[in-house]
Amino acid sequence: MVETLQARDERDVTDTVAWALAGNHGLELRGRGSKAALGHAVEAAHVLDLSRLAGISSYEPEELVLTAGPGTPMAEIEALLTQRGQELAFEPPDFGAVLGTGGGTLGGALSCNLGGPRRFKAGAARDHFLGFRGVSGRAEAFKAGGKVVKNVTGYDLCKLVAGSYGTLVALTEVTVKVLPAPETQRTLRLHGRDTAAAQAAMIAAANSPHEVSGLSLADGVAAIRVEGPEPSVAYRLKALVDLLGGETEILDDAPSRAHWRAVRDVAAFAGDQARALWRLSVPPAGGCALAARLVAETGGRTLVDWGGGLIWLELPDGEPRADIVRGALAEGHAMLFRASPQARAAVPVFQPETAAIAALSGRVRRQFDPQGLFNPGRMGG
Amino acid sequence: MQMPAPDQAAISALPALLAELESFLPADAIVAERRSLKAFETDGLSAYRQEPLCAVMPRTRAEVARILQACDRLGIKVVPRGAGTGLSGGALPLADGVLLVMSRFNRVLDIDLPNRCAVVQPGVTNLGITRAVESQGFYYAPDPSSQIACTIGGNVAENSGGVHCLKYGLTTNNILGVELVLMSGEVIRLGGRHMDAAGLDLMGVVCGSEGLLGVITEVTVRLLPKPETARAVLLGFPSSESAGDCVARVIAAGIIPGGMEMMDKPALNATEDFVQAGYPRDAEALLIVELDGPAAEVDHLIGAVSEIAEACGATYRRISTSEAERQLFWAGRKAAFPAAGRISPDYLCMDGTIPRKRLPEVLNRMQDLSRKHDLRVANVFHAGDGNLHPLILYDANQGDQLARAEAFGADILRLCVEVGGVLTGEHGVGIEKRDLMPAMFDEVDLNQQQRLKCAFDPTQRLNPGKVFPTLHRCAELGRLHVHRGALPFPDLPRF
Repeated sequence: MVETLQARDERDVTDTVAWALAGNHGLELRGRGSKAALGHAVEAAHVLDLSRLAGISSYEPEELVLTAGPGTPMAEIEALLTQRGQELAFEPPDFGAVLGTGGGTLGGALSCNLGGPRRFKAGAARDHFLGFRGVSGRAEAFKAGGKVVKNVTGYDLCKLVAGSYGTLVALTEVTVKVLPAPETQRTLRLHGRDTAAAQAAMIAAANSPHEVSGLSLADGVAAIRVEGPEPSVAYRLKALVDLLGGETEILDDAPSRAHWRAVRDVAAFAGDQARALWRLSVPPAGGCALAARLVAETGGRTLVDWGGGLIWLELPDGEPRADIVRGALAEGHAMLFRASPQARAAVPVFQPETAAIAALSGRVRRQFDPQGLFNPGRMGG
Repeated sequence: MQMPAPDQAAISALPALLAELESFLPADAIVAERRSLKAFETDGLSAYRQEPLCAVMPRTRAEVARILQACDRLGIKVVPRGAGTGLSGGALPLADGVLLVMSRFNRVLDIDLPNRCAVVQPGVTNLGITRAVESQGFYYAPDPSSQIACTIGGNVAENSGGVHCLKYGLTTNNILGVELVLMSGEVIRLGGRHMDAAGLDLMGVVCGSEGLLGVITEVTVRLLPKPETARAVLLGFPSSESAGDCVARVIAAGIIPGGMEMMDKPALNATEDFVQAGYPRDAEALLIVELDGPAAEVDHLIGAVSEIAEACGATYRRISTSEAERQLFWAGRKAAFPAAGRISPDYLCMDGTIPRKRLPEVLNRMQDLSRKHDLRVANVFHAGDGNLHPLILYDANQGDQLARAEAFGADILRLCVEVGGVLTGEHGVGIEKRDLMPAMFDEVDLNQQQRLKCAFDPTQRLNPGKVFPTLHRCAELGRLHVHRGALPFPDLPRF
């Protein structure tokens, strides 16, 4: 039976890891478990629960910096930022519906480095992660980065921890950059374009000076978001209509927000969790064509985001068809985002890396966690 | 500042190294004569000079790999160098090391506008990337003030910033892929034209590693469409407090300007003497706020910023009405370093970042330090992100002035850390701030950082003596200390 050890502070985390190190006990690091189904199943007899390392210890809107425990619920952070007209600009997704779990934590969002629709403009979690405290697999508490928005002192270990799925460090405190939330937004929907025309329109919009911050394609309808002060949004929207022509429709602020929230959270594919779901990151200009090919070859459905750079592919059933999906990929990577435990055991969830990168990543990981205590097996290998 | 004692065995191995290098490099790629090596003895931190053992200027990735393998085999250290414009001494040669000069990697390999990226060799200059794409309406966003000379390889090594990085990010936020060669000669390609890593984000940690992890041989950069317009406003204030207040209120109003720079009275007067940009000489603090983007937005925000400045007590306001006038506003700020060079034989440029609200206190204490060390200081400041550039004015030919300038600089950086900031916002640690690292990080923090290097360069031959004050062998860093066999906290909640 899996035993859960609940840490109350950094000292508890250090002591637990020291115990695990001495006895070679694997630890599953967990906040609220909202992303526990991402990656491979963790093979550990103990859960180190970090959810009580919660609470916002410092938030200074004018400094654009927020420091909190990694177990702080995302909802709590978003509520506070909203009060001050700010946000996390990487639009952290809420995968509760698509994965059948609840809401997540700040530490989880950073550890999985997932960015929302604004990714191609504003970056992912990695780009907003300024500093942390944590405990290594050597049972040593250490810190990296800083609590200011601009810092190049020492190696940028935040980048490494973002996207490490809890395999390097048990986080105990994190500092992130926050930014003003745009005053308003609207979305231009383009109807009646085939795949090539939709892709061309998205490239034209992204390459224009009109600062678009969302570019999605689903069910044959491309959507283009503009955000900012009202006069600017009105001006750019008109410029985009003139630039792109054709049959268009405009979503005002509220329906625009609803659209991008649904894209961010992949709400379209929340209905049937038995169906396998892939997440592909590819060069954006070829994304729509690749999505169309994947639909033709698998009978699945796609949601294209990031102007073509991100493809969500929902398959008709639980069979991942990894050979077809990865076979179609010329560049980039494909992650099996949702699948049954059996399917995830049979297929590499993360894109297999070249031997050189895999070896280097392994060496890096051992420098943080020499015995492989943290989330063993989660990233494969 | 002391460098590690030169390794006599490495120096004795020079003839063997040269013989091997000559077997695969053309003669013009090897510099071994003392007289010629003089040209490479320093970088942008010219207070420190050291001739390298020899310098090599390869043209291909394969040559880089063979050079590194040969050095690794012969136990010789390697210091990579781009254009040598870095301000922290990261490319300072070692007496017992080869200087690997990457300036011949100067080609733009691919411009891919549909994917908004370009693939370039590391010796292409920062401005050279923008020059290659600007006719098509694009640019590369990070713009360090050395952008005419500094190379993208050096920018990646240092994670360089610039005046626009509050809005557009540092180098790390503007690259998609890198190719690097490890000290072992192994070639690693990270990232590409897509976003985010499939596994660990190794590119993220290579960027800003100051030449300690690998030698960059190719970079894929993000390109952005040029903003439709840009306008700047000059604002004069009667005190640094009121200028700082204005900056905070602009950000609190939800405005992230493309650039927001502050200069104190000594700095603005020095630049005004030099460039005649029309700065108000009697202001105690000058702000340059640049808004860029769609024309309607820029006009709207210029109005908002002007109102905030007035409420904060601005005594001077001038809004650029033409591109030429906007460029003139910047000409003074961009010439701040050479302007300091005109009023003082030498200067040291510091680079700490502080929480912005502590600015008035830091400036006041800096005046105290100026009296203590009996040296003048002029301040330019990336106000939006709290990145200070105090320019300490000294004369290296006068007695102990260099030593006093260094001590002054160290005091300023310790002050930055004390108020919650960091040692370097964009110039890197190099040798300049190496010995101050313990002011910000304890031994456990620094050891964990150094372990990362062991994964890339286990023999520690790549740029040793930079960034970290104490060198430890990887075997020593890797030793595990296991203390406890039982959970020592019976009250820990368990389920």
